Amino acid sequence: MEPKTTSALLYLDGVTVSFDGFKALNELSFVIEPREMRAIIGPNGAGKTTMMDVITGKTRPDSGDVYFEQGSYDLSKLDETEIAELGIGRKFQKPTVFDMHSVEDNLMLALKNDRRVRATLMWENTPAQQDRVDGLLDTIRLESVRSRVAGSLSHGQKQWLEIGMLLAQEPKLLLVDEPVAGMTDAETLQTAELLKQINRDKTVVVVEHDMAFVRELGVKVTCLHEGSVLAEGSIDQVSTNDRVVEVYLGR
Amino acid sequence: MRAFPLTRSLDKGSSIFLALLATFAIAVPLLNMLVPATSPIHVSTYLVALFGKYICYAMLALSIDLIWGYAGILSLGHGAFFALGGYAMGMYLMRQIGTRGVYANPVLPDFMVSLNWQELPFYWYGFNHFAYAALMIFLAPGLLAFVFGWFAFRSRVTGVYLSIITQAMTYALMLGFFRNNFGFGGNNGLTDFKDILGFNVQAEGTRNGFLVISCIALAVSFLICRTIVTSKFGKVLIAIRDAEARTRFLGYRVEAYKLFVFTLSACMAGVAGALYVPQVGIINPSEFAPANSIEAVIWVAVGGRGTLSGAVLGAFVVNYAKTFFTTGWLAPYWLFVLGGLFIAVTLLLPRGIVGTFQHWHKRRADEKLFALPASAPHAAE
Repeated sequence: MEPKTTSALLYLDGVTVSFDGFKALNELSFVIEPREMRAIIGPNGAGKTTMMDVITGKTRPDSGDVYFEQGSYDLSKLDETEIAELGIGRKFQKPTVFDMHSVEDNLMLALKNDRRVRATLMWENTPAQQDRVDGLLDTIRLESVRSRVAGSLSHGQKQWLEIGMLLAQEPKLLLVDEPVAGMTDAETLQTAELLKQINRDKTVVVVEHDMAFVRELGVKVTCLHEGSVLAEGSIDQVSTNDRVVEVYLGR
Repeated sequence: MRAFPLTRSLDKGSSIFLALLATFAIAVPLLNMLVPATSPIHVSTYLVALFGKYICYAMLALSIDLIWGYAGILSLGHGAFFALGGYAMGMYLMRQIGTRGVYANPVLPDFMVSLNWQELPFYWYGFNHFAYAALMIFLAPGLLAFVFGWFAFRSRVTGVYLSIITQAMTYALMLGFFRNNFGFGGNNGLTDFKDILGFNVQAEGTRNGFLVISCIALAVSFLICRTIVTSKFGKVLIAIRDAEARTRFLGYRVEAYKLFVFTLSACMAGVAGALYVPQVGIINPSEFAPANSIEAVIWVAVGGRGTLSGAVLGAFVVNYAKTFFTTGWLAPYWLFVLGGLFIAVTLLLPRGIVGTFQHWHKRRADEKLFALPASAPHAAE
């Protein structure tokens, strides 16, 4: 693979994905710098989830470049497992945790570790790993329910657990798909705090519908429409952009 | 510090299960050999053989529960691995017959002589040695499972589609083994066994020996399964079963996990088949019948999926019911009973017998826990 020269952590250039002729992504290009937090907004069908699928290796782009870590890895040639190992963590739109495992076990499974069959067969817990899990439980505010099965958590708690699992992987880049969907206002605020805290040493990309939440984050916003970038800038710039207003409110 | 995995895998339920199994393995031969036939507690040799057969079925059920209950792989062709192990054992037993066969050929089994074959096919070489046969009992099913699983899991075939191709696999093998020129005795299969390691397969002592060895094999398999499902590997399996995509995005190589456990499960089924054949005295292509594999899945469902001991119990309960209903005037109704049982379990006991019990037990424990003052919950950690 030819190394690409860019300072960006994540670099997308001219990415196109089509399903049966429908272009879910159409020449999509944007860059995310290290330590940045970016909010991605856009109406339904704008291609937000497809974009995540492309970055995490679930969907292969028809054309275009997807590079990670200053252009050193071509993500379009790797599969989900390899990309996860490179340090890209993903939170799904619908909270996806292991319902039958305890909160603690969920985090333990996500902890950065040797993922091979032999290693997990021989695995033993260590105080260092337990400390990591305890620290994460503290960050996501779930210490009090640590031994409950994840399936019994509330919707908001599941969202946090999934974010905790992402952190446990010690990723360089976190992709967070609609973290506050279905949350109460108080939970939404707490989640914004949590993401800001995470952003202190990690790069975060948040896909979100909730404008109040995006405003709360106070970061650079990219608005997608029909698979490409419509506008980019601060939330105030983007939300007053005529094209964005037109797309969101209909003409 | 490393705790020996056995302490982790042996919880209260598993210990009770193993104690019951040990009691069974000791009591049945004793009641058969030491108690006079006139006594009401005497166990007939017929029953010893029947129980031995059940134990082999239980081992097959256990192997299915390991992959279905924990990894969510519903194999509807596990009977194929069972039968392959059985054939490997059958080939050894055929070679032991030697000149005692109808045609008294020292090398060729009777069916080959009657087909006018002049020499032994190459794949029959080595089966006169028990050690080689024992190796093939693991290798034949294990290799098939490995190759099959490698293609299926890499291509991400899951759910119903996987179940259907496992059915196709066992069906294809059945058609193959039915053919005379395949070299496995065709329609009639392998039978008329005389002895195994010098012991007469029909003798009462040998039958009791088979039962004890089958029980030991079941106990060892159970311990292997427990060790696996209580390890982090086992937790990854459950994770795959419940949220495969999430597991993949966490960086686990899902296909490697599935392949490992599927191959191990096939080897276990192969050993079960190998122990089954000398006890029933025959192995023929009908063992590959898709219905057999489906029936084995029903045992697991009845006993309780994902409980291991439930699979064993289910195999016993359903097969005992089968024995009961297929002898005497009830015989024509067996299939209705089996179908009815499956419907009843699905509707009334979706967790199976052991699963329902465990669920009920856990709920009671939880109620006790939450009844305590709020400060108590984490004391146990």
